[in-house]
Amino acid sequence: MSNKFIGQSIKRVEDKRFITGKGRYTDDIKLPGMLHAHFVRSPYAHARVVSIDTAEALAIPGVVAVYTGDDVAAINGVPCGWQVNFRNGETMREPKHPMLIATGDTAKHAGDPVAVVIAETKEIAIDAAEAVLVEWDELPAIASPADALKDGAPLVHSQFPDNKAFDWSFGNPVEEVDAAIEASAHVTTLEFVNQRVVPNAMEPRAYIGHYDAVADKYTLYTSTQNPHLIRLLMCAFVLGIPEHRVRVVGPDVGGGFGSKIYHYTEEALVTWASKQLELPVKWTSDRSEAFLLDAHGRDHVTKAEMGFDADGNIMGLRIKTIANMGAYLSTFAPAVPTYLHGTLLQGLYTTPKINIDMTCVFTHTVAVDAYRGAGRPEATYLLERIIELAAHEMGKDPAQLRFQNFIPPFDGVTQPGYQTQVALQYDSGNYAPVLQKGLDLLGYDDFRQAQKQAANSNKLLGVGFSTYVEACGIAPSAVVGALGARAGLYESAQVRVQPTGKVSVFTGSHSHGQGHETTFVQVVADKLGIAMEDVELVHGDSDTVAFGMGTYGSRSLAVGGSAIMKSIDKVLEKGAKIAAHKLECAEGDLEYGEGKWTVKGTDKSIGFGDVALTAYVPHVYPAGLEPGLDFSSFYDPANFTYPFGCHIAVVEVDKETGKVDLKRMIAVDDVGNIINPMIVEGQIHGGLAQGIGQALFEGTIYDENAQLTNGSYMDYVMPRADDLPMFETANQITPCPHNPLGVKGAGEAGAIGSTPAVVNAVLDALWSGGHNDVKDILMPLTSERVWRAMNN
Amino acid sequence: MITYPFQYKRADSVADAVAMLGEGGKALSGGHSLIPSMKLRLNAPDTLVDVGRIAELKTITVDGNDLVIGAGATHGQIASSSVVKQHVPMFAEGAAHIGDPSVRNRGTIGGSLAHADPSADWPAMVLAADATIVVQGANGSRSIAASDFFTGLFSTALEDDELITAIRVSSQADAKMTYQKFAQPASRYALVGCAVVKSADGSVRVAFSGVSDTPFRDSAAESQLNGGASSANAASGQSIMSDHFATEEYRRHLANVYLKRALAAVA
Amino acid sequence: MQINLTVNGKARASEVEDRTLLVYYLREQLGLTGAHVACDTSSCGACTVHVDGVAVKSCTLLAAQADGCQVTTIEGLASGNDLHPLQQGFKECHGLQCGFCTPGMIMTAADLLNTNPHPSETEIRVALEGNICRCTGYHNIVKAIQWAAEHQAVPA
Ligand SMILES: Cc1cc2nc3c(=O)[nH]c(=O)nc-3n(C[C@H](O)[C@H](O)[C@H](O)COP(=O)(O)OP(=O)(O)OC[C@H]3O[C@@H](n4cnc5c(N)ncnc54)[C@H](O)[C@@H]3O)c2cc1C
Ligand code: FES
Ligand code: FES
Repeated sequence: MSNKFIGQSIKRVEDKRFITGKGRYTDDIKLPGMLHAHFVRSPYAHARVVSIDTAEALAIPGVVAVYTGDDVAAINGVPCGWQVNFRNGETMREPKHPMLIATGDTAKHAGDPVAVVIAETKEIAIDAAEAVLVEWDELPAIASPADALKDGAPLVHSQFPDNKAFDWSFGNPVEEVDAAIEASAHVTTLEFVNQRVVPNAMEPRAYIGHYDAVADKYTLYTSTQNPHLIRLLMCAFVLGIPEHRVRVVGPDVGGGFGSKIYHYTEEALVTWASKQLELPVKWTSDRSEAFLLDAHGRDHVTKAEMGFDADGNIMGLRIKTIANMGAYLSTFAPAVPTYLHGTLLQGLYTTPKINIDMTCVFTHTVAVDAYRGAGRPEATYLLERIIELAAHEMGKDPAQLRFQNFIPPFDGVTQPGYQTQVALQYDSGNYAPVLQKGLDLLGYDDFRQAQKQAANSNKLLGVGFSTYVEACGIAPSAVVGALGARAGLYESAQVRVQPTGKVSVFTGSHSHGQGHETTFVQVVADKLGIAMEDVELVHGDSDTVAFGMGTYGSRSLAVGGSAIMKSIDKVLEKGAKIAAHKLECAEGDLEYGEGKWTVKGTDKSIGFGDVALTAYVPHVYPAGLEPGLDFSSFYDPANFTYPFGCHIAVVEVDKETGKVDLKRMIAVDDVGNIINPMIVEGQIHGGLAQGIGQALFEGTIYDENAQLTNGSYMDYVMPRADDLPMFETANQITPCPHNPLGVKGAGEAGAIGSTPAVVNAVLDALWSGGHNDVKDILMPLTSERVWRAMNN
Repeated sequence: MITYPFQYKRADSVADAVAMLGEGGKALSGGHSLIPSMKLRLNAPDTLVDVGRIAELKTITVDGNDLVIGAGATHGQIASSSVVKQHVPMFAEGAAHIGDPSVRNRGTIGGSLAHADPSADWPAMVLAADATIVVQGANGSRSIAASDFFTGLFSTALEDDELITAIRVSSQADAKMTYQKFAQPASRYALVGCAVVKSADGSVRVAFSGVSDTPFRDSAAESQLNGGASSANAASGQSIMSDHFATEEYRRHLANVYLKRALAAVA
Repeated sequence: MQINLTVNGKARASEVEDRTLLVYYLREQLGLTGAHVACDTSSCGACTVHVDGVAVKSCTLLAAQADGCQVTTIEGLASGNDLHPLQQGFKECHGLQCGFCTPGMIMTAADLLNTNPHPSETEIRVALEGNICRCTGYHNIVKAIQWAAEHQAVPA
């Protein structure tokens, strides 16, 4: 079947409303009688609530209710969605996050809520929240994961005396790895921190709970990446209300990057409050609250050792990491440092022995969970930093050292997938050409010339490489279930052909900027041979879409798109029966294309629309066949998909100030088949900016009281337009062998490869200037840190 | 994101404004320092006196040998003013690097000076240009030399009921001058801002923003340079700020680098 | 207090609290939700609108300060059904993903093109200093503005 739309950079269907200011985000929704919530929050990272006095606040005109922990004591706290037990079998420690901290209990991170004021206007709610008098008993607090493990460290949960949530090890037996490293001719050791970053989707979280007493039905409007998952968690685990009484709507969502996957206490609270008050209740986060409360990302402290033989072949990799979970376990948090990270430590290399030892700890900080890339950026950062450093230490070319250690090509069809030492089996890969393409785009030889010349000037030049392989479309459910997931990771889709041949597609994936209204429609229109205008995508509403797991982990096309393909197959199969009946031929004599069934070798045909009409007006119709043309499917993938690529950064470092200027960012990515190149490129761009942000600009700073001291855009450095160059991108295509579209996923790749590339580039610049002993600079690479590295 | 309640008043003239300030009001000019602090509830004035519509505060004129910039002139207006470019070009150069275009469309020189943020850009420039700040109070008008104006962190020689009306600076068309800024990467305020004016006779004036909690004329560096040295130690004897973006040691280093660069620019 | 102003060409007389920020007046009272609030420090530019023809952050202006002014929001940028070249450019060049920063980006870019019809890449990037986008990495936003600069109606 020829493709008209797939593979084309079709302009986005959804843009019209956004460029005219007609996007409809949760905070844009106004319901009659709507009330506004504002929370009273802990000013301390760790403090006991001695008393709460709400009388003054309640007396303010316009205040409708003030709730405290006592009022919501019957509601369960927010649970975690993934269980990883201790090495020794002990159950993961899973403190639930209470809706509101009750009198006598302790707030466990700055911003933990103690009360909520609900009022007629947002202004009144905010004014009245200041009139809620809370007496606090401040307690010592810790923010750093390494500090959490020290003897005598303040405890986050008094019932867990060592601050550990769980520990975990993975890969080959550690003795085998020890032996491999022992036997190595060269061992490179790198101790580093993968710092904590704040996702910062531009739309702050917003929720509206609306209970309709007449229908006995709740509606929750929420800025979420996965409406059905929220409904499941909130109904079954938190509020204990039957799912069929709850509709969850995700309107337009202004970015997520992970932070809007999770179920947050405010979501359940506005839903609950709307029932108490029988009026809609809205809460919209301020940016200051977002910094304190949205789940953060990364936060690993790592020691890694990589052994090489005398020829530079990797012999073994040994890793010890402490990962910060924050004060509570967020929805997917336990999976991130473990199954999304430990399993990726093979990278693109043939490393024969790998072991990781992971300790996951509680601190008095907001929860850490999946942030764009989730685990894979941490793994890639580790691998690509250490191999670059190893090349430097051994006096080898960093690109050559990679070529030498790459896994040879395998297509997953004629050759088997590649079995790693860390459980995964890669689907298909061909790594050397992406690096070669990157080098060609860079002009490697010329670059080294220019670098030599620059070494004598005021600005040092550096190039940094990073190659990566990542895992998307996390699945299949049985496997992830065995690994601790408490939900399935399939996707659902319904393809409803209307009597006129127009098509409505219902998907459980939920766009928050990815352009599903365009790409999904491209796929459907092509597969059915109809116009894109004749296809409509419906998503983000639990009442219209049967079920869905949402959008994260670059899974939408690979998993959600595949579910749609399954439904299309069913539509075409049934359509063929109807067509054969109408054309009075055997089904086997028909072929489908260009929107019609044709009797092979003839010009006899019947159009898709006619068949659709016949299905709903079944007068001349196959005996025994049900009317209608409407199919649902669930797709549970056979495996993850494994995109890979190569990112190269070129930087200039001001010798006098240490300021880093990113001159070039090259990205060659293989994300499998591409439905819409424009959109894929856009996804890569966004990821690159976030990865560069982590390398050069972003990172939380906590003080000795575990207070976040840079929780605003005046202090937390977001990458801006003038910080970045035009990106140079290219693709290679190695189709995914195990899903019908051959797609792998592009949502996170940019954020995975770019961070180590940029840091490596800065180190390369310093090395070119003779600062050969510098092994690491803490991220973000601020001017001062780089200056110090050159002047120590 | 929502301020405390307050009363909004609009002044139509300087006299009007001074009277309202005398009743306890707080001046609102461009609002680009005041409103952000009020939104975060760090500041809670009872009454705001909007001086943003007073036409006489918005003019940029030449009076004899002096350039006179109304306190209500916006950064953007100054950056693109041909009169400013002709008489005190550093002001146009520096103003173009304050904040972003929207900030420059609203924020004013008078508001910036009155606010006296240690990391703001105007203080170093008015100090190095040896400008005079003209203020009006209940008892009439007075002029304050820039070097007497900044008295500490966010504090100035201004009385509560005084309004800055203009910045007066002698025309320095024959001098070389520059404002060089190392921006704090998040807020884009000056981590170090160095203003240098080199008169036709070769004497230099040096001033810094962002380095100390009070912007200052670097008289130590000036005397080294005016004594014939080709380079000088920046900020000696000053107490230096320290934060996440620059410790004391690094800030001092940056001050030296930026002094060197500024001197090179006026060489 | 009472304010009288023109919003997207339409005269409006409204009662507002003295403390009402322009962005809340537009969003809550006029239902013009194109201007977004994405920060509380006047840093992100998502709320950018034009007041008397120049870009301002509507979260950093009182509605009272806009009394008597001409306000244009993203909703008023197109003339009838004809999209503004910047709106077209953002679509053509995929200058938006989630769309949350987009109205502010477009309004800031419109101010830039008003004063500098043919900006260089660097001038565009510098002009966007006060507008944060988390989705696009800015690459396609720069291209969108370049596209608009090339396609804007040449003044007679
Ligand atoms: C996002 C952002 C970025 C910024 N970046 C920079 C930067 O890079 N560099 C920089 O220098 N600044 C920066 N600023 C600050 C900006 O320049 C402000 O405009 C300026 O500091 C204050 O001027 P204003 O007219 O807005 O004053 P307002 O905010 O109106 O007032 C500030 C203070 O001055 C008082 N005041 C105002 N006018 C007078 C007067 N005529 N007489 C007496 N008192 C008066 C007020 O009562 C108030 O206390 C930034 C601001 C923002 C929001
Ligand atoms: S909301 Fe106005 S600048 Fe961020
Ligand atoms: S498109 Fe999402 S923030 Fe810019």
